[in-house]
Amino acid sequence: MNKIVFKEFLSENVARIVVDAPEIAKSRKPGHFVIIKIGKKGERIPLTIADADEKAGTITLIVQKVGVTSAKLIALNIGDEITDLSGPLGKATDIKKIGTILCAGGGVGVAPLFPIVQGFKLAGNRVITVLAARNKDLVILEDEMKKYSDELIVMTDDGSSGKKGLVTLGMEEVIKREKIDEAVVIGPAIMMKFAALTTKKYDIPTQASLNTIMVDGTGMCGACRVTVGGETKFVCIDGPEFDAHKVDFDQMMKRLGAYKQDEVEAYENYLNS
Amino acid sequence: MKNIADYLKEERKQEWRADLRKQIKAKERTSRERTEMPEFDPEKRSHNYEEVNLGFGEEQALFEASRCLDCPDPTCISGCPVGINIPKFIKKIEANDYLGAAGVLKETNALPAVCGRVCPQEKQCELNCFYTTKLHKPAIPIGSLERFAADYERNSGQVAIPKVAASNGIKVAIVGSGPSGLSAAGDLAKMGYDVTVFEALHEIGGVLKYGIPEFRLPNEIVDVEIEVMRKMGVKFRTNFIVGRTASFDQLRAEGYQAFFIGSGAGLPKFMNIPGENFNGILSANEYLTRVNLMHAAHDDYDTPVLFGKNVAIIGGGNTAMDSVRTAKRLGAEHAMIIYRRSREEMPARVEEVHHALAEGIEFLNLNNPLEYFADENGRVNKMKLQKMELGEPDASGRRRPMPIVGSEYDVDVELVVIAVGTSPNPLLAQVMPEIEVTSWGTFKVNDETMQTSVPDIFAGGDIVRGGATVILAMGDGRKAAVGIDQYVQEKVNK
Repeated sequence: MNKIVFKEFLSENVARIVVDAPEIAKSRKPGHFVIIKIGKKGERIPLTIADADEKAGTITLIVQKVGVTSAKLIALNIGDEITDLSGPLGKATDIKKIGTILCAGGGVGVAPLFPIVQGFKLAGNRVITVLAARNKDLVILEDEMKKYSDELIVMTDDGSSGKKGLVTLGMEEVIKREKIDEAVVIGPAIMMKFAALTTKKYDIPTQASLNTIMVDGTGMCGACRVTVGGETKFVCIDGPEFDAHKVDFDQMMKRLGAYKQDEVEAYENYLNS
Repeated sequence: MKNIADYLKEERKQEWRADLRKQIKAKERTSRERTEMPEFDPEKRSHNYEEVNLGFGEEQALFEASRCLDCPDPTCISGCPVGINIPKFIKKIEANDYLGAAGVLKETNALPAVCGRVCPQEKQCELNCFYTTKLHKPAIPIGSLERFAADYERNSGQVAIPKVAASNGIKVAIVGSGPSGLSAAGDLAKMGYDVTVFEALHEIGGVLKYGIPEFRLPNEIVDVEIEVMRKMGVKFRTNFIVGRTASFDQLRAEGYQAFFIGSGAGLPKFMNIPGENFNGILSANEYLTRVNLMHAAHDDYDTPVLFGKNVAIIGGGNTAMDSVRTAKRLGAEHAMIIYRRSREEMPARVEEVHHALAEGIEFLNLNNPLEYFADENGRVNKMKLQKMELGEPDASGRRRPMPIVGSEYDVDVELVVIAVGTSPNPLLAQVMPEIEVTSWGTFKVNDETMQTSVPDIFAGGDIVRGGATVILAMGDGRKAAVGIDQYVQEKVNK
């Protein structure tokens, strides 16, 4: 169960892992996530499904090493098993033919964006994708995205690939040039906050996919709660996608740091072990 | 229910029981005073996770069993949601046949060691005991005796596997491995069904594992009972979210003839007051899951948990007591219950409140939180409370708490646990809109059969009741097993 059948590094700290999970491969839709746990004493963390192959019975996870659990996952090799894997969870992305969709992904947020880009393209939309990263080495899934995008714009902070500048610069260029019917933004909370502010200026309906702290992922614990339009919502069952113009990103960023101290200590201990 | 009454009479007439009754005069039996359950020292236990109630020794169990009069009309049974033949198991204890007593429990109860620990007996069997109703004396400690027999059997290494009928090859799916699901699974397995229990989490046991702390119910005890069910042929699948990992239709296509949903009341309620989403404010479900299921307080486990010197638990039920006593064990100097009514109206079991008091838990009754404040990192550091007074009785029959204007004051807190109840988990309703629900979101069922508006789907426990006890959930599971059997047999024989 949950055997790793393929693994490759997309950059130094980001790996693509293909896992045997036939039931999830069959039932997942764009926007869905899974909960994984490594080892008997591991913690449960959510990871968005980046891709799936129903025939092969596999799902693809793209993981960035940021803490103990992601480091443990990346350290697994082909043939190893992920101790616990459950899903698919969350509401699927509402994919239909709308017109022109602007998809913006930052950092490893590009991974969950991929099935959404793919879905919108296959539904007959014009899809313009903006990928952003700090530098050339951190740009992931460029070729895959190109395949399903009518236009692909790469933005790097240092200009080592594509254009130099933040994701919002690339987005704004497109928005000024042509009519955008809907936008989807996925990435670090700070990136989504500014991407949402950008589209709000132009009144473009925008979805953001949030990645918060979760324990069970099924609505039971409420660790993932966020404020959307003044109301408390659970990312695991009400989301993970929300109207980006209504999400309280500042609160979300603070909540993501709730266990920072423990996480840093645990990670140091892990690296020293 | 006439046949059950006849059955009980027949059982009572058996020679061994008739003889036993004659051995001690009724007057002598009733003159014996009830003894108390021995407890682990409150000061020591409030710093560790050892079980609080130590259980009866053999001598104490024999003494208490001898108080039972083996009444001709055992009213205690009417108070038991799973209908345990109470006098019979108690008399087995009196006859020194402890394994026999455990066997009697297992005839109708899939989890006796669990029920002996967490059932509110004072509101059920013991409330209906002849001692309580007629003699106005302390009841037979039925729960403690149940625990004695179940523990004796477990410790003897001779755990009996209940008899299972020949396999009928008919597949039934149980959704959720908490008390209602396990109870339904056990009964259906006994009837010969091919039962698979699907659990969304990575461990079997539901609330028995993630919710109830080990100082009340050690996980090992739950595991032993689950092992018995495995030996009865029940299959378990963890990390499987029915409706998501596979749809009901997919499972039907795989041959499942009926479903029992015991998915629990897994959506924590919050109060929607200002500041409630600050860090350090979490649901009781989250707090208890981190500590009980994920072992967050142990250094060698990866899941973190927040600590606080001043910890406030909002609520007055059993979950609030479990949370506050957990906080104390994790080092809180001030572990406080904040409850808007007085101590008498608290829904928690009396025993839990007593245990909490002995462990130094502070009770701020007639207090209600209005707002939370936080430091620059967003971590809660203070809460505003308002004092309350009791007015006229409300719909629940309890006196309504009324705010005292101008009584607001601030209390320092670094951790707040919200234990004000749960709503039904919407996950299944999202994928099965055909199942009729009440305005509360709970599943509507036929009271007798536990069948939902979808004929092959039955349900019980908190998904039907909103928020209740382990034993009521187990009672639902048993009823549903009978309902499923009838439904499937009719379908098959058509």
